[in-house]
Amino acid sequence: MGPQTYNSFFTVHGIIMIFVIVIPGLPAVFGNFFLPIMIGARDVIFPKLNLLSWYLYVLGILTVLTSLFTFGGAPDTGWTFYAPYSFKTTTNMFPAVLGAFILGFSSILTGLNFITTIHRMRAPGMKFSNMPLFVWSIYGTGWIQLFATPIVGITLMMVIAERFLHIGFFDPALGGDPVLYQHLFWIYSHPAVYIMILPAMGVISEIIPTFARKGIFGYNAIVASTMAIAVVGYFVWAHHMFTSGMSTTAQFTFSLLTFLVAIPSAIKVFNWVATLYKGSIRIEVPLIWALGFMFLFMIGGFTGLFLGSVATDVHVHNTSFVVAHFHYIIFGGMGSAFMAAAHYWLPKMYGRMYNKFWATVGWATFFIGFNVLYFPMFILGYQGMPRRYYDYLGQFHNLNVVSTIGSWILATGLIITIVNLIRGARNGPKAGMNPWEGRTLEWTVPSPPPPENFDVIPDLTSTSTAH
Amino acid sequence: METITNVHRDDEASKLGMWLFIFTEILLFGGLFIVYSIYRFNNAVAFHLAGEELNDTIGIINTVILLTSSMTVAMSLTAMQKGNIRLCLGMIAVTVLLGLVFLTNKYFEWGIKFEHGLYPGSAFLKELGHGDIMFFGLYFMMTGLHALHIIVGLTILVVVAVFIRKGRIRPDKYAFLENGGLYWHLVDLIWIFLFPLFYLIH
Repeated sequence: MGPQTYNSFFTVHGIIMIFVIVIPGLPAVFGNFFLPIMIGARDVIFPKLNLLSWYLYVLGILTVLTSLFTFGGAPDTGWTFYAPYSFKTTTNMFPAVLGAFILGFSSILTGLNFITTIHRMRAPGMKFSNMPLFVWSIYGTGWIQLFATPIVGITLMMVIAERFLHIGFFDPALGGDPVLYQHLFWIYSHPAVYIMILPAMGVISEIIPTFARKGIFGYNAIVASTMAIAVVGYFVWAHHMFTSGMSTTAQFTFSLLTFLVAIPSAIKVFNWVATLYKGSIRIEVPLIWALGFMFLFMIGGFTGLFLGSVATDVHVHNTSFVVAHFHYIIFGGMGSAFMAAAHYWLPKMYGRMYNKFWATVGWATFFIGFNVLYFPMFILGYQGMPRRYYDYLGQFHNLNVVSTIGSWILATGLIITIVNLIRGARNGPKAGMNPWEGRTLEWTVPSPPPPENFDVIPDLTSTSTAH
Repeated sequence: METITNVHRDDEASKLGMWLFIFTEILLFGGLFIVYSIYRFNNAVAFHLAGEELNDTIGIINTVILLTSSMTVAMSLTAMQKGNIRLCLGMIAVTVLLGLVFLTNKYFEWGIKFEHGLYPGSAFLKELGHGDIMFFGLYFMMTGLHALHIIVGLTILVVVAVFIRKGRIRPDKYAFLENGGLYWHLVDLIWIFLFPLFYLIH
């Protein structure tokens, strides 16, 4: 694999995984399905708008994919589209940037739809103070989608304008400032990480109490931390740019804010552990994935603090340490939560149960493979191996081999898991209405739920706890 | 249950949704306003001089046109609420007309700038220096994006008019008209900020 191919690979990998898979993953799949049921509604409030965001999503994917096969070759800037290279490279940037813009538009409409649904469609007695935590997490996510995505939208439009009209916003030769591009980009793209992880935390907050068979510990604290992450997460973007040139005051402020945003995440982890404490725990596949989430998320979270503190960040900036941290949070965190959600809700969505033995084998293989793949990258990065280079020095060879072997194990685990889920959804035994003895509203309707979810809208005014 | 009984209608919700969308539009322009303020701060003198190149008269006329059109679109809503469909359609027609006049003025204004060699990437502009490049880059980007929003707003108003003719918007069901009007006010509001930033601050 030559350098150019390698650059295209990590760029397209980033664009597709971030904009196509991870950002819409949990909200669009499970949010669309379960948000209405969990608040006792028949559908989201704007079904046609929802269909439009789906069409935009497909259009966005097609546009991004066009960049692979048309003139110029696949983009090679990294998913961050950093200026000035993004408007100077001869590769096919325009479709990639336009596709990201369209996908952002789709994301905004989804967030808008969910927020309005939650405000207007809750069943009688379903108050904000007793809404399921997954719904709360979708709510917080919706606000980030609304507040952050337009900024990247206009930034990408400016990049397109740079490419075709040579305006010079980010071109130093014309008086523009490339660092300004980085600011605008990260004003969206850091909050985007919370778009990815908040719904994951919401899923975990549903699964843990179900299998601990007791109420969630600290409901209000989890709600408050969800909203705190949504708000504070908006003001930490410049920690991606400690080495790009900014005043010490700015470095100090953004570092402090980054540390602050870790607190609500920690509060959630404490609450999940406290929920498990003295629960009558039932070990089932969704719970195993949720526990895996907590383990991987904590490693990802703590290493995030290394990167949030200016001194250590300067050392590990742009090394594979960052790659490992990010994948522990997003793949280990959001990916595990997605699998947890799939194993938790698949019996509801398809009315059938998967094979629990193979599901456990799949999880164990994934978990081992994941750590073998990504943990060495922490060490490599700490030793100074830069990311986004197609080659590395001889001294990094052994750990890179370990990492590669880990990727094979990880892939095997994922294949086992996905095949098992598909087989379960098709031919598994009937799961029944409530296989996990869950207490939220989706477990009160048949599996799979009928169109429009409820014959009669449930009335929760008499029950004190819906969550 | 195979029967779908979709009779749910919630005007409050569609207005809430529209307001949220307007927030995102303001943020979209907000990105450009940030860029404007940074480059104005960096090139204060050049921005000052470049601003004098713009034709205040056309700017003022266009501002009056847009403000008036905001009034007429509000009047069309009130007419609909009072059941006067003919007046409502008339007011929408006036609004669309005013929007088209605005775009025509914009066309001539831009045309003169192009004739003078003032457009992004032109050889003449490159000789002027960084502040001028940035001022006119921002001028064309921001007023261009605004003009795009005018076109979208006009399209929405035409659809609204068609819906009124077909009876899909009625005196007891006018949320779509109200939302279209809100969007038109947004377009107006953004211009209220663009106008002083480019034409008036000298």
